[in-house]
Amino acid sequence: MSQTLNASTLLAVPLAPLVGSVLAGIFGTQFGGNWIGRRLSHTLTILGVLIAFILSAMTLKSVALDGARLNETLYTWMVVGDLKMEVGFMIDGLTAMMMCVVTFVSLMVHIYTIGYMEEDEGYNRFFAYISLFTFSMLMLVMSNNMLQLFFGWEAVGLVSYLLIGFWFNKPTAIFANMKAFLVNRVGDFGFILGIGLIAAYAGTLNYTEAFAKAGELSALTLPGTSWMLVTVICICLFIGAMGKSAQFPLHVWLPDSMEGPTPISALIHAATMVTAGIFMVARMSPLFELSDTALNFIMVIGSITALFMGFLGIIQNDIKRVVAYSTLSQLGYMTVALGASAYSVAVFHLMTHAFFKALLFLGAGSVIMGMHHNQDIRWMGGVRKYMPITWITSLLGSLALIGTPFFAGFYSKDSIIEAVAESHLPAAGFAHFAVLAGVFVTAFYSFRMYFLVFHGKERYDQNPDAHHADAHDDHGHAEHHAPHESPWVVTVPLVLLAIPSVVIGFMTITPMLFGDFLKDAIFVNADKHPVMEELAHAFHGPVAMAVHALNTAPFWLALAGVVTAWYMYMINPAVPAAFARVLKPLVVVLENKYFLDWFNENVLARGARALGTGLWKVGDRALIDGLLVNGSWKLVGWVSGQVRKFQSGYLYHYALVMILGVFVLMTYFVWLNK
Amino acid sequence: MTLTLGHYLSLGAMLFALSVIGIFLNRKNLIVLLMAIELMLLAVNMNFVAFSHFLGDMRGQVFVFFILTVAAAESAIGLAILVLLFRNKNSINVDELNSLKG
Repeated sequence: MSQTLNASTLLAVPLAPLVGSVLAGIFGTQFGGNWIGRRLSHTLTILGVLIAFILSAMTLKSVALDGARLNETLYTWMVVGDLKMEVGFMIDGLTAMMMCVVTFVSLMVHIYTIGYMEEDEGYNRFFAYISLFTFSMLMLVMSNNMLQLFFGWEAVGLVSYLLIGFWFNKPTAIFANMKAFLVNRVGDFGFILGIGLIAAYAGTLNYTEAFAKAGELSALTLPGTSWMLVTVICICLFIGAMGKSAQFPLHVWLPDSMEGPTPISALIHAATMVTAGIFMVARMSPLFELSDTALNFIMVIGSITALFMGFLGIIQNDIKRVVAYSTLSQLGYMTVALGASAYSVAVFHLMTHAFFKALLFLGAGSVIMGMHHNQDIRWMGGVRKYMPITWITSLLGSLALIGTPFFAGFYSKDSIIEAVAESHLPAAGFAHFAVLAGVFVTAFYSFRMYFLVFHGKERYDQNPDAHHADAHDDHGHAEHHAPHESPWVVTVPLVLLAIPSVVIGFMTITPMLFGDFLKDAIFVNADKHPVMEELAHAFHGPVAMAVHALNTAPFWLALAGVVTAWYMYMINPAVPAAFARVLKPLVVVLENKYFLDWFNENVLARGARALGTGLWKVGDRALIDGLLVNGSWKLVGWVSGQVRKFQSGYLYHYALVMILGVFVLMTYFVWLNK
Repeated sequence: MTLTLGHYLSLGAMLFALSVIGIFLNRKNLIVLLMAIELMLLAVNMNFVAFSHFLGDMRGQVFVFFILTVAAAESAIGLAILVLLFRNKNSINVDELNSLKG
């Protein structure tokens, strides 16, 4: 435990992007009087993220090579009884890796944005948002307590909301950001319940202190029930992860979030923010290890997401939506790995996925720019000739995604499949089938998109919306329809992301899965869940693993997927159409996304609104307003009105009442004294 | 036939009942109302004097003097109010005097 990390230096990691964001956001927009131009605003924010990246890389180096660790509280925000609310950093392998991934992808996206958002009015605002996102995400991963984790969690959710609705004049974007926000609220509700349970029973929000009490917690049950407390905590926390990491059935917001600009789809909705749930579960592994029920639940949810969201990717025609469903499916893979107690494998896949999925998204964005903002892959084709760099990098990204041996995705995905095969939990059988079938599906939809975009006949002029699109095309290239390669600010990040997409798995599998790098960050109960031991037993180095893969099912399934896609979309395009005719009901189900949106809108949303209207009309208006508030004054008014009639103003009436009163009193007293 | 206490008390009760009925039945004139109140006081005086005589206690007759004095003062004030009322309203008709109505 050599102490080479300095908490105040680390503080600069999240604060540098925050400063950039505040400067660009306040002085670069109308709010602060447009003092900062575009050039200065992107320089400032990129500088902030660059500082964060360099410091993160240095942190990673000292964590990985010198074994440095840090767990320090910087500031006590408040103390309520015995419960301390603090801001602090915990730096170990998991944090250092996440910091580097977040800042690196963020840096690439910042640079890319210079090209992508070139003509957008909200240029400075966009830079302010993505820097703010980087700050929030860093606060999330660097935290040493659950409150700060929750702060980061909500802050990234907020920025995600702002960025999905970045083009706030577009009704679909507003709908999508509202949807993302609301669905995430459902998940966050579970998350905060989980944190609350931990605070209530462990009496602390600090990770280390809470995990130290994990043994005590596992003996308790939830009061009034026979449920194990740890199971309830874990499932509540995982519901939070389901919202943020878009797991079935809370995944519905992620495909719609593609309404936002492409750079944030890459940064937030593919590479970093959506993996926060995976990160959180890995961080909480000492708790999750105590509950087999929760692990089974996680595995089932993950495998459903991995397989069924992959199916949806097959029938999408929007280039970004294909990649979005692919993200969902890959997040499902990570979740399955979490369920199998292979947390380090999940985190490993998180890292490789961050690189190649960011690459695929940025590649898709580059294609969209080249195609003059056409996103429909049916009207693309043959782009390879016009955009060579985008083509090569996208090909590398797709190869990494489907798990070609030696590429990054291969190592992580094959490890997940192996881990599930070794798991002894009841859900592992289904999960194993789902992840294996998912390999074929992934290969199929990835290469369907790849072939349709980069190969085959050029179909630009067949687009029925072409004229409509040209009218809004602010590139001013309406005179020639051929795609064009993107500027260097776009292609350089592609190349820089393509390099780790290819090599990172090969380089890091040994330390991350079988070394000491993540050992103190992740706890696995080796007696009950010996998955990692068995993986280590079968592992003989990355080369041997890749060679061995040629004899295993996933490789051949992936190859079959590629060949099928090639045959169906390059050689014989009649086949998909025939399939669509024969399997009409299935296609309808897929096109409607399993009717989940329909269900949510018509049953949940409408039901909630009906309930709300009912409570408003009956509870609020009729009971509270009508009966209690208005009812009481009406009653008093009516009684007064009746009493008022006695006040006739005639003397003889008063006299009568007086005399009658005297009589009554006298009768009473006489009676009493008899 | 000798006059007993019962006869005097009956007379007082009759006078009192008469005056009460006078207050209720009179719908026209405020002066009649004042006179009825006066009569009511006289009925009380009658009781006092009767009890004083038959019980041999002088205190009852002393009380009668007090009541007569108060009644005289009250009549004076009542008539003064009546004059003012007539000046303001041009009427002493009881049925028209209902400005106390709530």
